[in-house]
Amino acid sequence: MTAVAIRDLSKSYGRTKALDAVSFSVEPGEVAALLGLNGAGKSTLFQILTGLFVADAGSVAIFGHDLARAPIPALTAMGMVFQAAVLDVDLSVAQNLRFYAGLHGLRGKRADTEATAALGRFRIADLAGQKVRELSGGTRRKIEIARALMTRPPLLLLDEPSAGLDTQSRRDLVRDLVALAKDEGTAILWSTHLVDEVEAAAKVIVLHRGRVLADGTPAALAVQTNTATLEAAFLALTRAEPA
Amino acid sequence: MLWFSVFEAIVVRELLRFRYQTSRLVSAIVRPTLWLVAFSAGFQNVLGISITPPYQKYITYDVYMVPGLLAMVLLFQGMQSSLSLVFDREAGILRLLLTAPVPRWFVLFSKLVASAVLGVIQAYVFLAIAALLRVDMPPWAALTLTPALFLASFTLASVGLLLTVYVRRMENFAGTMNFVIFPAFFFSTALYPAWKVEESGVTWILWLITLNPFTAIVELLRFAAYNQFNMAAFAVTAGVGIVSFALAARGYDPQKGLLGRKARDDV
Repeated sequence: MTAVAIRDLSKSYGRTKALDAVSFSVEPGEVAALLGLNGAGKSTLFQILTGLFVADAGSVAIFGHDLARAPIPALTAMGMVFQAAVLDVDLSVAQNLRFYAGLHGLRGKRADTEATAALGRFRIADLAGQKVRELSGGTRRKIEIARALMTRPPLLLLDEPSAGLDTQSRRDLVRDLVALAKDEGTAILWSTHLVDEVEAAAKVIVLHRGRVLADGTPAALAVQTNTATLEAAFLALTRAEPA
Repeated sequence: MLWFSVFEAIVVRELLRFRYQTSRLVSAIVRPTLWLVAFSAGFQNVLGISITPPYQKYITYDVYMVPGLLAMVLLFQGMQSSLSLVFDREAGILRLLLTAPVPRWFVLFSKLVASAVLGVIQAYVFLAIAALLRVDMPPWAALTLTPALFLASFTLASVGLLLTVYVRRMENFAGTMNFVIFPAFFFSTALYPAWKVEESGVTWILWLITLNPFTAIVELLRFAAYNQFNMAAFAVTAGVGIVSFALAARGYDPQKGLLGRKARDDV
């Protein structure tokens, strides 16, 4: 069962076409990167995928569940990390995690166990009792990603998760996500505008001005654009687009 | 089980946040107490209230004021919970809430119940202070008031929730609160009985008082304190609460409501 199946998805804000007949899919255990410049439509796509907004046309199926018709089973399968940090700064890390767990049906001891395991995966288990306000942006981001993993979702959506992380942390994040996909079979869709992160992905979807320009492995993209590196390929694709 | 878990998570979070906002708690109690002490002391001899239901005898002004001040506590809590929802929306936490795998109306309902609980807690603190200040009340008033306080608190939180559908920014919301709270309070029977206004012949104010749902809430509490059930007040309070909630839930539905048609980043 395909984890994410997007068909002809379109969304406009007034006269601006944010998404134009976007189609692609992500399989279980696959790490897919959505690569695009700022304003390409990545966040709009994520807002639709997470049920915040409704598309004007097209369909999204999460493990076979149509997002428009059966949003609840679709949402149940997802873990998500938003572009802007979404944490209660007045509460502690543990309290934030417990809140999220509760929202997804995880309570009591089970919630605590999962929280500790999730934080441990990013080597920040010792921060559980700290108030979020006291922590740096990069640490907060790690907490958010750990939080998304608490419910062991078969699909993980991350909207520019590496924003605010230093080089080492970014590399660790990519490595952890790839390991997650391999070990747990989690389907991962993550959006970014940083080309270097995407080398490790199994599949790259290039989004530009709301349209999918390319969809394939990093190597295939280079072949398609007759370039040597992914960065060159990306630039070639986006420059070729008329204004 | 999932639904209960979601409900529990939302209510616990609201209680925790309230606990950490001590200034909010203090002002929530000081405000009505100040009114009670200052107004009733000042108006004690200016305003006499002749016998009118549910009162069986001539009462002093401080006794008359109590239901209105209880309603004021609940009104402020209702508006405050909406303000925190607007804040949550701006901080993105609303997004997190709306991704819980339960129907959206249930998430909103849980938020309302959380607000109602907080309102009732604050109302009881004020009631205790009123008792300490020797305001004359029936001994079992605290008990008979409970269901009325819950309903009133829920209704006021519902109205607040409905406002958040239309008022998107926190700065605007704070201003809106002034347009809602003070007219609601002043054009009601919180401070004076309707027949006093009738006596003075100012018909338009009388109309406003009669049509103002806040009047129904005040009267619901007034009668409940004396172990009496005011059917009309109950009907209006419950009706306003249900309708506000239904409209708000619709407003938050991305398929139908305003939320889906707003500009980007404006959840």
